[in-house]
Amino acid sequence: MDKTPKTEPRQSWTFSREVNAEIRRAAATGIYDIRGGGAKRRVPHFDDLLFLGASMSRYPLEGYREKCDTSVTLGTRFATKPIELKIPVTIAGMSFGALSGAAKEALGRGATLAGTSTTTGDGGMTEEERGHSEKLVYQYLPSRYGMNPDDLRRADAIEIVVGQGAKPGGGGMLLGQKITERVAGMRDLPQGVDQRSACRHPDWTGPDDLEIKILELREITNWEKPIYIKIGGARPYYDTALAVKAGADVVVLDGMQGGTAATQDVFIENVGQPTLACIRPAVQALQDLGMHREVQLVVSGGVRTGADMAKALALGADAVAIGTAALVALGDNDPKWEAEYQAMGTTAGAYDDWHEGRDPAGITTQDPALAARLDPVAAGRRLRNYLNVMTLECQTIARACGKSHVHNLEPEDLCALTMEAAAMARVPLAGTEWWPGKAGF
Amino acid sequence: MSVLDLQAMGLRAINTTLQSAAGSGDSFTIANPRGSHAVAVGLDGPLNVTVQGSTGYYCAGMNKEAEITVEGSAGPGLAENMMSGTVTVTGDASQYAGATGRGGLLNIRGNASSRCGISMKGIDIVVHGNIGHMSAFMAQKGNLVVLGDAGDALGDSLYEARIFVRGKVASLGADCVEKEMRPEHLEILADLLSRAGADAAPGEFRRYGSARNLYNFNIDHADQY
Repeated sequence: MDKTPKTEPRQSWTFSREVNAEIRRAAATGIYDIRGGGAKRRVPHFDDLLFLGASMSRYPLEGYREKCDTSVTLGTRFATKPIELKIPVTIAGMSFGALSGAAKEALGRGATLAGTSTTTGDGGMTEEERGHSEKLVYQYLPSRYGMNPDDLRRADAIEIVVGQGAKPGGGGMLLGQKITERVAGMRDLPQGVDQRSACRHPDWTGPDDLEIKILELREITNWEKPIYIKIGGARPYYDTALAVKAGADVVVLDGMQGGTAATQDVFIENVGQPTLACIRPAVQALQDLGMHREVQLVVSGGVRTGADMAKALALGADAVAIGTAALVALGDNDPKWEAEYQAMGTTAGAYDDWHEGRDPAGITTQDPALAARLDPVAAGRRLRNYLNVMTLECQTIARACGKSHVHNLEPEDLCALTMEAAAMARVPLAGTEWWPGKAGF
Repeated sequence: MSVLDLQAMGLRAINTTLQSAAGSGDSFTIANPRGSHAVAVGLDGPLNVTVQGSTGYYCAGMNKEAEITVEGSAGPGLAENMMSGTVTVTGDASQYAGATGRGGLLNIRGNASSRCGISMKGIDIVVHGNIGHMSAFMAQKGNLVVLGDAGDALGDSLYEARIFVRGKVASLGADCVEKEMRPEHLEILADLLSRAGADAAPGEFRRYGSARNLYNFNIDHADQY
């Protein structure tokens, strides 16, 4: 037997097993991978920040006794009927079509129980979500599927979608297998046809036009509704400034971890900026214009916990929005469906083929049998519980920092664990007074 | 007939007056529009409105049931997302006329610029003159009738909307093809021409529609767009 020491087989970091598998898949099929969700790659995130807490120079509030307010009002700039929320976390836009009717109902139920708003998506407003959402934000999208003035008027706010974090600059495609008779009818298209959602609006280009579009929407709705503008995490300083210029009441800023119903994996993973990198430039733009807190900032993209929420607020956001996390709370990717995930070649926690409509949890599907698995009442309660926990977590941190309102959290309460996070969040690297780019160093 | 002076009253008061009167069937004349944006938007019931002069963006946006006439030309987004009723422009219309419209009749006596009928979802549009490039892009439902010529890329990525053109078509967009004009199409066209007061014979037109090759994603079609 040859006892000469052998070189161990060495996998390439560049050409990893995962990379090679994708090359083989592309070679076999001739098409890129399409999936749902947001960026899966590791990027600097809220995990890379820590709160400092109280100390000799800061004193805390009593955790189980002293009040820590969480209310937030969105749309105070121009709208005569701003939205008042009990908690600074909202449900992000997700379409009926991408989600089942029961899932939309559950989102409305959960949000209402928790005292917050939910949001429509591409495909129009359903009775399930309007009926079960005390506060409903109506998305105004490039496709204008289902758009009509009656729904505009019965919405509580209007969100003009310019971009989303998962795919800034990209449109969408709802594949034919999810286009049931009802979905097709709401979108004025034949059943079973892939439904393309355009990447830009059909009747305006640029912020000057958008200002006039907003005027039109306000005239149609008697200037009552707050107008949100949703932007993807591309150029957050300038996009926020231009949204303010165009007349937004609220800016919704979605980083690259924000989910989508379906788009190309290469798009999700390679276009846009991490949420953490977007917040400070957006806040800076608002401050430079004298509009911070007058135009509210809602941040989304990878928000999972009350700690994430607290960090976003400390960096200057007025509220956060959740999408993927809300679906998980409803039951998405639950290990109890593991056998079915395995049968589809995936596993609980990794299932992202939401566009195929075969979701075992009955959430991202239009299959009646699968959709019937989701009890909207029970799922709504789970979402309510989760939102309550997020809020309690955020309050716990805020009290530890001595804040009687979560909006009193500030960058000074934070430090960063990495150079990258310090640079993006513009807070000191832990153990120092310095961050990359800080003047005077 | 009530006369409302837009310069004297301001846009908000004009639209509030019209929106409050929607359903009454009353008649209003808007004087001095001077290119103002968002004139007579969101009307939600029978009403007759005549605008004496040209308008800016989004005139008659999201109209329901009202009869609106612009005695002049209209800026971008005329009658965008219109639901029903009739909107008539005696002059020309700028880009995106009838965008995403879901019903009613948009009657443009002059020419229409680019992207006329973009993403239309059931509206009927009759243009007595010519239309610009990329018209009926991603058009889903309804009818676009052009008595003059059409610019480049007509009907690109069309769904189920019908296009009728009497003049020349510079080029067709992806998945848009000329189709046979059958008797039922001649009947539809004759009705539209009659409703629009157009002096043209249906037999002079050609019909264009979707080849339906791009309805479901197929990687082998990638070079078609």
